[in-house]
Amino acid sequence: MARPLGLANSAKHRWDDEFIGDSQVHLNRRVSRRILFGILPFLAIFVAACSDGMTTTDPQSDFTETVHGVYVIVTILAAIVFVGVLALVLIFAIAFRERPGREARQFHGSTRLEIVWTIIPVAIVAIIAVPTFFAIADTTDPPPDNAIMIEVTGHQWWFEFNYAGEDLITANEIHIPTGQPVAFQLESDDVIHSFWVPQLVGKVDLVPGHTNDVWFTANDDAARSEAYLGQCAEFCGLSHANMRFRVFVDTPDDYRAWIAAQKADRTAPSTDALIGGEELFLAGACIGCHTVNGTAAAGRIGPDLSHFGGRETLAAGMMENSRENLIAWISNPESEKPGVVLMPAFENQMTPEQIESVADYLLSLQ
Amino acid sequence: MATAAETIALPAESDSDSGIWSWITTVDHKRIGTLYAITGFIFFLVGGFEALLIRAQLAVPNGTVIDASLFNQLFGVHALTMIFLAVMPMGAGFFNYMIPLMIGARDVAFPRLNALSYWIFLFGALLLSSSFLFGGAPDSGWFAYAPLTSEQFSPGHNMDFYVLGILMLGVSSMAAALNFAVTIINMRAPGMTMMRLPVFVWMTLVISFLLILALPPLTVALLQLLFDRHYTTHFLDPNGGGDPLLWQHLFWTFGHPEVYVLILPAMGIVSETLPVFSKKPLFGYRAIVFSGMAIGFLGWAVWAHHMYTTGLGPVQRSIFAGTTMTIGIPTGIKIFNWLATMYGGSIRFTTSMYFAVAFLATFTIGGISGVMHASPPIDTQQQDTYWIVAHIHYVLMGGAVMGIFSGIYYWFPKMTGRFLDEGLGKLHFWLFFIGINMTFFPMHFLGTAGMPRRIYTYDSGLGWDFWNMFATIGSLVITVALLVFILNFFRSMRTEQNAPNNPWDAPGLEWATTSPPPEHDFDVIPEVRDRDPLWYDRDNGHTPAEPVSGTHIHLPPPSYYPILMALGTLLLAVGPMTHLAITALGIPVIIYSIWGWALEPTD
Repeated sequence: MARPLGLANSAKHRWDDEFIGDSQVHLNRRVSRRILFGILPFLAIFVAACSDGMTTTDPQSDFTETVHGVYVIVTILAAIVFVGVLALVLIFAIAFRERPGREARQFHGSTRLEIVWTIIPVAIVAIIAVPTFFAIADTTDPPPDNAIMIEVTGHQWWFEFNYAGEDLITANEIHIPTGQPVAFQLESDDVIHSFWVPQLVGKVDLVPGHTNDVWFTANDDAARSEAYLGQCAEFCGLSHANMRFRVFVDTPDDYRAWIAAQKADRTAPSTDALIGGEELFLAGACIGCHTVNGTAAAGRIGPDLSHFGGRETLAAGMMENSRENLIAWISNPESEKPGVVLMPAFENQMTPEQIESVADYLLSLQ
Repeated sequence: MATAAETIALPAESDSDSGIWSWITTVDHKRIGTLYAITGFIFFLVGGFEALLIRAQLAVPNGTVIDASLFNQLFGVHALTMIFLAVMPMGAGFFNYMIPLMIGARDVAFPRLNALSYWIFLFGALLLSSSFLFGGAPDSGWFAYAPLTSEQFSPGHNMDFYVLGILMLGVSSMAAALNFAVTIINMRAPGMTMMRLPVFVWMTLVISFLLILALPPLTVALLQLLFDRHYTTHFLDPNGGGDPLLWQHLFWTFGHPEVYVLILPAMGIVSETLPVFSKKPLFGYRAIVFSGMAIGFLGWAVWAHHMYTTGLGPVQRSIFAGTTMTIGIPTGIKIFNWLATMYGGSIRFTTSMYFAVAFLATFTIGGISGVMHASPPIDTQQQDTYWIVAHIHYVLMGGAVMGIFSGIYYWFPKMTGRFLDEGLGKLHFWLFFIGINMTFFPMHFLGTAGMPRRIYTYDSGLGWDFWNMFATIGSLVITVALLVFILNFFRSMRTEQNAPNNPWDAPGLEWATTSPPPEHDFDVIPEVRDRDPLWYDRDNGHTPAEPVSGTHIHLPPPSYYPILMALGTLLLAVGPMTHLAITALGIPVIIYSIWGWALEPTD
């Protein structure tokens, strides 16, 4: 190591080249083996983590695949640089530790070396920059004409989705088809939020007073019954952690069927109990904020409930949409989700039986 | 000292005076440095305690240790505490104490201004922290994005404490930065040319200019927020013609240089300790100094990399990606030069050196992960996830704090005349090193698995459970490390003051005087003949000059006007969130202090 690095002339200093040269080879091998074994378990878990819902390393759209392509190049380079620096730190620390008979060599620098290690980071940065610039262009170009347009509005703490041209408004759970571009227009009704579905699209903020957009096409094999998870990624107040949403990627046929079902009026109540539930719903404070198509309920402050029963989750992806959870939610939303004060605690306005009846009605709205 | 006392006429106030009043009125840079360092370390523990609560809440999914409201206060105040009340003041402690000694001066250029900086800092820090007692701490993060901070979305006083506390801290930092820029440029000993300045001094000069230029945009942003909240303006309000993104631009114009304010002192410290313990001169002094300046300059051209996801166009994204990645170049140059400093040395592995060498490894991790999300497409996946949390903690804990500990073990004998125990020191090091890697390395995995930051709760089944628990255990290891350090400190303070002038055989001027230094720092102002003055003098047979009989050393007398003026500033700040009459009361206090200050006799 002493010679190839070509540090300042060592002739007038005491220097045991042979000894260092020998131990270096030995050290190199031992250190690199140790580093390898140190990193392997991490890599294993790293890969295992890829099967989870919010993973950023299992891309399922053109957008995230482009990003992932850059990420892989950069990560490999980063690992090489890190292992290189760490190896030098360890080797120097061990090889040049104080020992009897060793004298430090006194030298101040070397212009040649400075040039070498200016060029190294310049080269690395250049290698990272080129794919970055291409990926920036790919991820910010305007959406194609055949894109499905969805307007997204952020609220504290839920997402409203408006399928432009379809007269369809829904909340927190959307469906999109494979193979067709989907463009999102992002706005906010209150504070800054951020739209993010790690497997489908990178973050874009919802900024009040601004309209941002982003688009992607889900891969042809991305369709599955399980949802792709999304979550608000910009801190937006008390229940920021509870502002989640789901994207279902369907085959084109399934998607068209879903759109048709969602555009239809609500499922009319079929039993006396459900008719009673709808009457309670329409007579109470609910309709001030919520819409149920086909009824008098046309409030726009809270999520559209026309097909509420078809949703997997409740309260912006916070919990399973079960009867038990829904009853608890209607009874006292704030105790379930901190900061929800616009929706009153209906346990103060309704009997438990009435709340159950409303819950059954809402769950019947498939 | 015996000779000195006989031949030098010393000022009336001397080291023997150690009552509380002497500390309140002190203008001695060493005492002010000590106050900064101790206050900073206490707040480091406070910030650490806040972090422990956060880690306790996140140890398991759906944690119930603290509620959403407290969590949201804690993660913001943890950042504010660590940045403004711990790491910056600990850096300030070093540069207050050390820079006059390192450049061969008897004090800073403006000793009373120095005291004013400390007292305003202390009162600002107490104001900010008192928010927990008066209704709630700032709960919109340290970045405080509008419009979440408006009166509409944050009606309590939480954000008032933020605005007014940070404004006070800004005044303090501005005064300190001007003071040290002037001191470094004007107060150097004969022969101490700019290119002979120790790197730590150079880095302090760079951060002084960074602060002088970065604090105004922050102040503007804070005043806009204050006026939006209380005096019906609409700078940041989209419904009144304002723009919330204006806040982000102003905040990050300050916020990014601020990161360099935190890290450059640590880079300066390891540039002192690596050569001393390798027993050879710093490799590539000029390259390291100019890289530091380059980092400072480039720091102004990268702020929008915090805003890649706000809807910047492709041109802005490309430009800011380019400038941000470019910072990796001077940083890389520095790391290679530090490595070359170790090369060919005879390395003494003192505790200080352990921290310096570990700095090279852990800071490199933070540097590399920074270059990774400099790429906007990658950032759309990493922004606001635990990946960024990992990055900033490798820079601050693995970089800044690691460097600060190297400095503490290095300069402790100079500051106290006592040694920290090396055995406990190495235990402290290993626990700290293992602890930070256990805590922060898994956060890369959490970020890659999509865990957003600033969430008080998460569901199981997302692959986050194991690493969160692991990180929490790591944070306990860090806690034990700090307890070992505190034990070491108190044990050491009970030992005899037996440190020689230059226990490490270091080359810097601070080692030419006694440990601890006398109030007037040097009996005779040393003459500098080389970049490594004490090594040059040792090798060339120069001995320090003897004091000339009857020399009068001028030192400024103690003054209570700085603390009085700081109290006036505190009244100014308390007014807007209580009653403006209190602000009105502060004005005469400040005018009286300035009046008295200006007319105070200086001898």
